[in-house]
Amino acid sequence: MRKSVESNTFRTFGWDGLIQILLIGNSIVMLAPIVIMVFSAFKTNAQIFQSPFSIPDFTNVKSILRVWNETDFLLYMGNSLIVTGASIALILILGTMAAYAIARYEFRGSGLILLFFLAGLTLPLKLAIIPLFIQMRDFGLIDSRLSLIFIYVATGLPTTVFIMTGFIRSLPNELEDAARMDGANEARIMWSIMLPLVRPAMVIAAIQNVVPIWNDFFFPLIFIQNNNLKTLPQGLTTFMGEFGTDWGVLFSGLTLSALPIIILYIALSRQFINGMTAGAIK
Amino acid sequence: MARLSLRGIKKRFKAVEVLHGIDLDVNDRELIVFVGPSGCGKSTLLRLIAGLDQITDGEFLLNDKRMNEVAPSRRGIAMVFQSYALYPHMNVYENMAFGARLMGLSKPEVEARIAEATRMLRLEALLERKPRELSGGQRQRVAIGRALVRKPQLLLLDEPLSNLDAALRSEVRLEIARLHREIGGTTIYVTHDQVEAMTLADRIVVMNGGRIEQFGSPRELYETPANTFVANFIGSPRMAMLGVEREGDRLIAPGIGAISLTRLPSAADREFLMGVRPDGMSISSDMQGEGFAAQVVYTEYLGDSAYVYVKMGEGAPVSIRCTPDTQYAPDMPVKIRVLPDKLHFFSSKTSQRLAV
Repeated sequence: MRKSVESNTFRTFGWDGLIQILLIGNSIVMLAPIVIMVFSAFKTNAQIFQSPFSIPDFTNVKSILRVWNETDFLLYMGNSLIVTGASIALILILGTMAAYAIARYEFRGSGLILLFFLAGLTLPLKLAIIPLFIQMRDFGLIDSRLSLIFIYVATGLPTTVFIMTGFIRSLPNELEDAARMDGANEARIMWSIMLPLVRPAMVIAAIQNVVPIWNDFFFPLIFIQNNNLKTLPQGLTTFMGEFGTDWGVLFSGLTLSALPIIILYIALSRQFINGMTAGAIK
Repeated sequence: MARLSLRGIKKRFKAVEVLHGIDLDVNDRELIVFVGPSGCGKSTLLRLIAGLDQITDGEFLLNDKRMNEVAPSRRGIAMVFQSYALYPHMNVYENMAFGARLMGLSKPEVEARIAEATRMLRLEALLERKPRELSGGQRQRVAIGRALVRKPQLLLLDEPLSNLDAALRSEVRLEIARLHREIGGTTIYVTHDQVEAMTLADRIVVMNGGRIEQFGSPRELYETPANTFVANFIGSPRMAMLGVEREGDRLIAPGIGAISLTRLPSAADREFLMGVRPDGMSISSDMQGEGFAAQVVYTEYLGDSAYVYVKMGEGAPVSIRCTPDTQYAPDMPVKIRVLPDKLHFFSSKTSQRLAV
């Protein structure tokens, strides 16, 4: 009897405590680089190397002001917004439409089309960079935001179609039948009935794609040479040479470039978590 | 105004034929119930009438107009789904307004119709709520309200009570009967529950295996079932079936006993099936005289009556309706007597009813 009480106590405090410690440790490991990045944004070069972990004077915004006023940061940010925004919009529109068709319309080869999309998940696109470059050159898309948008849409569609197809399949058929009886055509059913219902899945797909696209360094490096078209990650590298690597400025730039994603994530996190648990709660 | 005619309706899903030629005529203002075991094709037939699935073969006429190729929303039909299929992101008012607006009605007309449906179904207090904030019965009423707003000539209900608890069921059943009278249209109601069918319907369509077994009033179905399927399906507890042989004016159930009858089937069969419902038999411990020998299995006490289950030879136990004070011990040998005018006869080859 005593023993079982003891083992229960261990299970509550010991086991749960262990999990808590692991989770806290994991959080620290995950957050530390971000915290150091933010701290460094408020330090001078000398401070960064003398005491990298110390808490800085948050009133020292010199680096941030320099990034804002003396570099092309805003230009890069604008480019990143255009490329990421256009890619995500296209991914969501095309992905949702494709997923709706695959999930709901019965036609020959629908399974194959889904497999075709899923095959995209297994392809490391970076291996195809040389043919891709030749193709983009022939299209005249080198030094064009379109080249990036096309590639991001292509890489984003497989996961989006995968997520959305599964989600749409889980919605009851009778909803569409009811809308059809009410006199809605296919476009109206998609817009007024399905779209509001698949929003959690769209948020998941959006977040899942926004982070790698926003942070992507590789494809802009290959396809963009014109400084006016550079995206943030690529643009930030120019800080290294230009200022004899002023680390304070670089970290300020990094902090500012991470900020929109962090804000977006916080804003959508409720929906994101709702979407992830949507199937589980029913 | 809605007269319905189905002419040789067939439905195939790929290679599988699920409806094998349905012929049916429904009059205006009738409440028709499709009843049958699951998989009998009753819901499929309803979806064909609604226009949600294509008719493979045959013709569907509504007021003498061919409807096969008409879009669901242009048939003048509304449907209440088994899961209610309320739009989860819209509140009750919007759920009802969605279809009305798509009909191209003017704003005052939409509002007037919603107000009318709201009053009929007592939804006033719920208009602002989302479906997830409603109880099962309330969702059901909203689903019906959404259908009524379209002022359909024909209202289709697909197992509307199957998601409600028992107490609510009889209440909603009454409600549906009242609404049907109040609307003054034609209603088709699908269920697998024969009690619902018997209590609601003007006429019942009994379906089995993609065919209509019998179409008639509840009384006709109960008193003159067309075949053994209908005889077994309608009425609870089930009708007892005994294989009997004719010998002159005597019917012999081999190994169980024999009875003399003045009215026997006119058909020439020597062997056939005799069916009798629980209220067509009496039970006694007096083993003298004509009747069938049986053994008591158990007694079911229901307050106003009791059912004694007995075993007559081989086969499932047979139930007999008795007065509530009846008490027989298990395994007791008893004699079963039948009321001659409560007997049904069926051919043992075709299962069809044999006329007396």
